[in-house]
Amino acid sequence: MSRGGPHRDAGPGSAGPVTTGGGQRTRGWQDSLREYALDVRGSVRDGERGPLLVIAGLIVIWIVFQGLDDKFLSPRNLSNLSVDIVGTGLVAVGIVFVLLIREIDLSVGSVSGLAGAAFAVLNVNHGVPEWLAVIVAVAVGTAVGAFHGVFHAWLGVPAFVVTLAGLLIWNGLTLYLLGASGTINIDEEGLVASLTSHHFGNELAAYAVAALGTGGYFLAARRRRSRHRATGMPYRPGGEIWLRTGLLAVVAFAGAHTLNRFQGLPLALLIFLVVLVVSDYVLRRTRYGRRVYALGGGVEAARRAGIGVERVRIAMFMVSGTLAAVGGLFVASGLTSASPTTARAAGSGMLLINAIAAAVIGGTSLFGGRGSPWSVLLGVVVIQSIASGMGLLGVQDAVQFMITGGVLLAAVAADALSRRAQARRGRP
Amino acid sequence: MAHPPVLALRGITKRFGGVQALVDVDLQVRAGEVVALAGDNGAGKSTLVKVISGVSPADRGVIEWEGRLVQIKRPHDAHALGIATVYQDLAMCDNLDVVGNLFLGREIDRVGVLDEVEMERRARDLMRTLSIRIPDVRVPVAALSAGQRQAVAISRSLMGAPKVLLLDEPTAALGVEQTSHLLDLIEEVRDRGMAIILISHNMGDIKAVADRVAVLRLGRNNGLFDVSTVTQEQIISSVTGAADNAVAHRSKGDEEAWP
Repeated sequence: MSRGGPHRDAGPGSAGPVTTGGGQRTRGWQDSLREYALDVRGSVRDGERGPLLVIAGLIVIWIVFQGLDDKFLSPRNLSNLSVDIVGTGLVAVGIVFVLLIREIDLSVGSVSGLAGAAFAVLNVNHGVPEWLAVIVAVAVGTAVGAFHGVFHAWLGVPAFVVTLAGLLIWNGLTLYLLGASGTINIDEEGLVASLTSHHFGNELAAYAVAALGTGGYFLAARRRRSRHRATGMPYRPGGEIWLRTGLLAVVAFAGAHTLNRFQGLPLALLIFLVVLVVSDYVLRRTRYGRRVYALGGGVEAARRAGIGVERVRIAMFMVSGTLAAVGGLFVASGLTSASPTTARAAGSGMLLINAIAAAVIGGTSLFGGRGSPWSVLLGVVVIQSIASGMGLLGVQDAVQFMITGGVLLAAVAADALSRRAQARRGRP
Repeated sequence: MAHPPVLALRGITKRFGGVQALVDVDLQVRAGEVVALAGDNGAGKSTLVKVISGVSPADRGVIEWEGRLVQIKRPHDAHALGIATVYQDLAMCDNLDVVGNLFLGREIDRVGVLDEVEMERRARDLMRTLSIRIPDVRVPVAALSAGQRQAVAISRSLMGAPKVLLLDEPTAALGVEQTSHLLDLIEEVRDRGMAIILISHNMGDIKAVADRVAVLRLGRNNGLFDVSTVTQEQIISSVTGAADNAVAHRSKGDEEAWP
């Protein structure tokens, strides 16, 4: 509800800016750049946690850790970082889907452990082919998500209780599966192990991905702009597109260059980027994605618009379960094993907390309807940078726990504060 | 009054447990006409809205649509006939922008991919033809004023080209200027040949925009007036039960007037 805020008094008839005519924002690109800069400054000041603040925070974290240990920003460490973010990152993308409909999935850590164990038991103990074991492990995640979704959507049990119960149930099942055999080492040359170990040695691979991403972004933005112009509607100034593309290109090619100085583009990172692109496209550009956001913005409004609320809810928990399982395979791949110890760790909630923190730090709101999969990339880099830095410095686990918990709390507090600030200004 | 009524309700009765919410209520509305529905709290206005919009169908009574007998058992039936309802809570997704809310549930897409440009173009056209002034169709509706949100909600209800528009207390949360813009919008919509049922407490609004006013009291019809000839005092006394109108149902003799 709009309480106060700049639009409060701009009634339908007051002389506010009206954007019905076309082309009124076409000026020189210097002007448009200046306008854009003001825009950015305004949005930061207004308490809209732009990604800019997070990037600033990340730069501070990197400078601090680099100061403490000059191996931190080495190509080797950054390359490892880019692989280590993937397991948590995939789980966090699943969390984003659930957060968008204003729910939470607390079981993702356990589900990822379950998927890793299911794969290891099937493949190593029962000789099931790797590809089939992978499919079954992922399907287990999907089924678990559907199970949570049905309890929540059809029986009306609050999602946090369903998934809290799930946290224990699936962790128990994992330990039960591993109980007979203890630690299971997976094939170090196999498909799952290569998920995190494979790097594209050819330097062209990393540069090609950077070029593809930058070019794709540029072309999509241009196409949108020209369609707006063709129909006589206001459009983004051309300078802004160039600036954004330029910044993206700098980051993408610097990243590619760094990765090539170690072992090249990691397969894991490529898969993660593809998942991000696809899920962002589905959420923002498709009819289905619009329903997901609508549900987070107002259940009653969504229902009256004819959206099958229950089905969307179940589907979101299925997505979250599936991505948790995929993330779990990446975790197992990194460890090349599934063991009761790691299963207990998964049940302890470290992965869960990291995944939620990654989503929220990146700008996805716990209060529903706001955020995107891309937020995870930024958030998980922050989270993993802290973990990696503490690892390099040899900080003990106990301290790491406290710091990780503190980071989550800070991120959620920032989310709540920004929500309050925006409610004051009459924004969602 | 040359047209036959688009929507005619006769003898609508609705009971919730032991409470008679509506008893033998009649209501008609013609194309190009605004009928105000007035009544005190608990008079049955909202129940009647729910009957017409199919949210909570009547127990007894007849509904005629363009002279033909119809059943409205679900919201879908009302939609299919061409009845659009704007509820008091507006039912908008605060996080979506104006375009997203206008097209919610009926997005324009190509094989599932949203055609944002086309939706935005149509949204702008709609805002322009209805003379609705909002800062930008791409701002989240939470950033709009109460009047702007109401206007967006009404224009959304017009997207399906309905014939009857039900407005539940549209001016309740609005300031003076916003109210006058909303009344302009209602007239604009009426002039396009829409039949409008306006639920309102506000005698000023009723006098300003309605052609006729139907008064409900304790779930019964308690008067139907031509707005051009009736005084505000007459409507109010009919609402409060202080006066008995010629067409009013006398329910119980011992019924007391509320102060």
